[in-house]
Amino acid sequence: MKHLLLTACVVALAGPALAKTDITLGMQLEPPSLDPTGEAAAAVDEVLYANVMEGLTRIASDGSIQPALARAWDVSADGLEYTFLLKDGVTFHDGTTFEASDVVFSLDRARAEDSTNAQKALFAGIESVEALNDMVVRITLSAPNGNFPFNLGWGDAVIVAPESVDTIATNPIGTGPFKFEEWRQGDQISIVKNPDYWGAPVALDRAVFKFISDPTAAFAAMMTGDVDAFPVFPAPENLAQFEVDPRFRVIVGSTEGETILSTNNMQPPFDDVRVRQALAHAIDRQAIIDGAMFGYGTPIGTHFAPHNPAYVDLTALSSYDPDRARALLAEAGFADGFTTTLKLPPPSYARRGGEIIAAQLREVGIETEISNLEWAQWLEQVFRGRDYGLTIVSHTEPMDIGIYARDDYYFQYQSEDFKAIMESLNLATDPAERTAILQQAQEHIARDYVNGYLFQLAKTGVADARIRGLWANAPTQANDLTGVSWEE
Amino acid sequence: MRVPFALALGGIVSLVFVAMAGLSYLWTPYDAEALSIANRLKPPSAEHWFGTDHFGRDIFSMIMVGARTSIAVAVASVGIGMGLGVPLGLWAAARRGSWLDEVIMRGNDLVFAFPSLLIAIMIAALAGPSVMNAILAIGIFNIPVFARLTRGGALSLWQREFVMAARVAGKGAARISAEHILPNLANLLIVQGTIQFSVGILVEAALSYVGIGAQPPTPSWGRMLAEAQTMVSFAPHMALFPGLAIVLTVLGLNLMGDGLRDLLDPRGRERTA
Repeated sequence: MKHLLLTACVVALAGPALAKTDITLGMQLEPPSLDPTGEAAAAVDEVLYANVMEGLTRIASDGSIQPALARAWDVSADGLEYTFLLKDGVTFHDGTTFEASDVVFSLDRARAEDSTNAQKALFAGIESVEALNDMVVRITLSAPNGNFPFNLGWGDAVIVAPESVDTIATNPIGTGPFKFEEWRQGDQISIVKNPDYWGAPVALDRAVFKFISDPTAAFAAMMTGDVDAFPVFPAPENLAQFEVDPRFRVIVGSTEGETILSTNNMQPPFDDVRVRQALAHAIDRQAIIDGAMFGYGTPIGTHFAPHNPAYVDLTALSSYDPDRARALLAEAGFADGFTTTLKLPPPSYARRGGEIIAAQLREVGIETEISNLEWAQWLEQVFRGRDYGLTIVSHTEPMDIGIYARDDYYFQYQSEDFKAIMESLNLATDPAERTAILQQAQEHIARDYVNGYLFQLAKTGVADARIRGLWANAPTQANDLTGVSWEE
Repeated sequence: MRVPFALALGGIVSLVFVAMAGLSYLWTPYDAEALSIANRLKPPSAEHWFGTDHFGRDIFSMIMVGARTSIAVAVASVGIGMGLGVPLGLWAAARRGSWLDEVIMRGNDLVFAFPSLLIAIMIAALAGPSVMNAILAIGIFNIPVFARLTRGGALSLWQREFVMAARVAGKGAARISAEHILPNLANLLIVQGTIQFSVGILVEAALSYVGIGAQPPTPSWGRMLAEAQTMVSFAPHMALFPGLAIVLTVLGLNLMGDGLRDLLDPRGRERTA
């Protein structure tokens, strides 16, 4: 009898080890609401995009644009009419069917006068959206826009149903491979597999997003296994320890985050281009990358992602040259330097980078008064109030060079030439022509030294070594779990 | 009269820190605010006695300059507490039982009811974080401590014969408080002042730790600890030395306070002897 029991035990132990089917992801920030079509915070998309909510198109892990709820689309010869053929047999999580009227509703809602969509500019060129039949939608633009299918792939352009939109902020209903399960505020959000999904079924049964803002707690949560992966680990200084630990894998990729020393172009003395150029030459980018990010990050010389094919390396225009900076300051009438404010939001790239920049600026005679702000204060004072001299922030939206054409944007750069360049970009559909215009735009802002261009934020993630399929790069704000599985 | 051991030890430790702060005005091994990214996270060595931090700053120099911030905050906040608390306490005692006494003491209770950290966060939210605001917050918290102590001590002194004699001689309440009551309270206040001094250093460290005390680049022990937090596992010296500085200073001041009480308060000495 004893022998038998023992055999049974051995058999049980030797049987095929079943792979785990649930995952817990760590995130530093919690979304303020769960409405990707009405809330600006990146955390909303980082939970819902591609998992719960889907758009007509989607941005894939390599940044390319892929069909999603639209299985195919056609563009008219003049570039003004897009015809989208929709996927058949798709249902929302509440059981209602997905059809052309949902697309019309979603896009009309996003571009409406009273819409709170955070990226309304994506829809600005739409003249009309009409359902030709249940499965075909025609979108007419007021001007050709070669980027339109990409715009529809943003998290802000996901398709929602009129039946469930009223409660979207707390109970998002989409068409994705996962269904929203529960939001324990201040702690976690869970999603479960959608058995009726129209596409390839996902490997995971359940996923939990756990919100841990403190870097020390994040480190402990990874080490104890409370969290299986931290797609963007908040403390780069701890990555070396994960790298030498065989239980973990460090995933270093690129993000769309241009980290810049934003400069208030309307506030004297920064309205003088020589002063801005002096700032640029006073900054030693490599010291900032090493000191603030422990070596993770790519130097940039303009507001553009280095992994984009259209990127031009303009770092030489603003090379580290303190003597040049002092000379430029003297020329602008600030031989004795001046004092300005440096307001820093909470991320460590800003807080640590700020201290390094303050020391570098002091070298050329510019004194800074540092104040550390919480996000809400930063948004209020700097982003909306424009009450600042300098600040550091990472702009993580993809392809966002267009913000330089907005007069009222918080760095208050106003250039008719640049606006003309952006206008010509919107008219161009030929890829080679678009690349040329984008490069012209990059050079224009680099030569105007609008902001201090520091580095491209790296995506430094940590994951259990047995997890497969996490995104290495962040071409858009997302934690796409559709391809994620555990190794058996 | 023998100097108590606790007083001697506490006095020496406290003096060392005051001396370090004073010396930092004239000399530090390195510029405490100068970054040297290439030299970051160096363990203690002959060149850098306490090692370097994540920006390559010399930790020994930072602790010297940080002592300045700590001492300045402690002195100024005890100053505010004594400067306002003692007169209030004397006043309340002189008019004991009156509505004025009630107003002052209930006002004290009100301030006591708020933790100083909460007051500091409120001030920082309204006026922005700075050393001045930390001083203000800790100082406000010190007022009721001294007011209460002064009133208690003064009440019993008002019953003494020499005070009666002064009253018979026609001296007013204000003059009696200043000439007869206050000098007899000096011992009590010095001892309490020393204790509040150490409390001030602790609270300043706590405020800087949460980011609402001294702002960068001014070195501060509390912020050094906060910055060291994520690096403890591979650069323990970053947390060890500022931590030790706080512990030793607070310990030194408390020992000194105890020693002073033993020395200055004969009744207390009889009890402990």
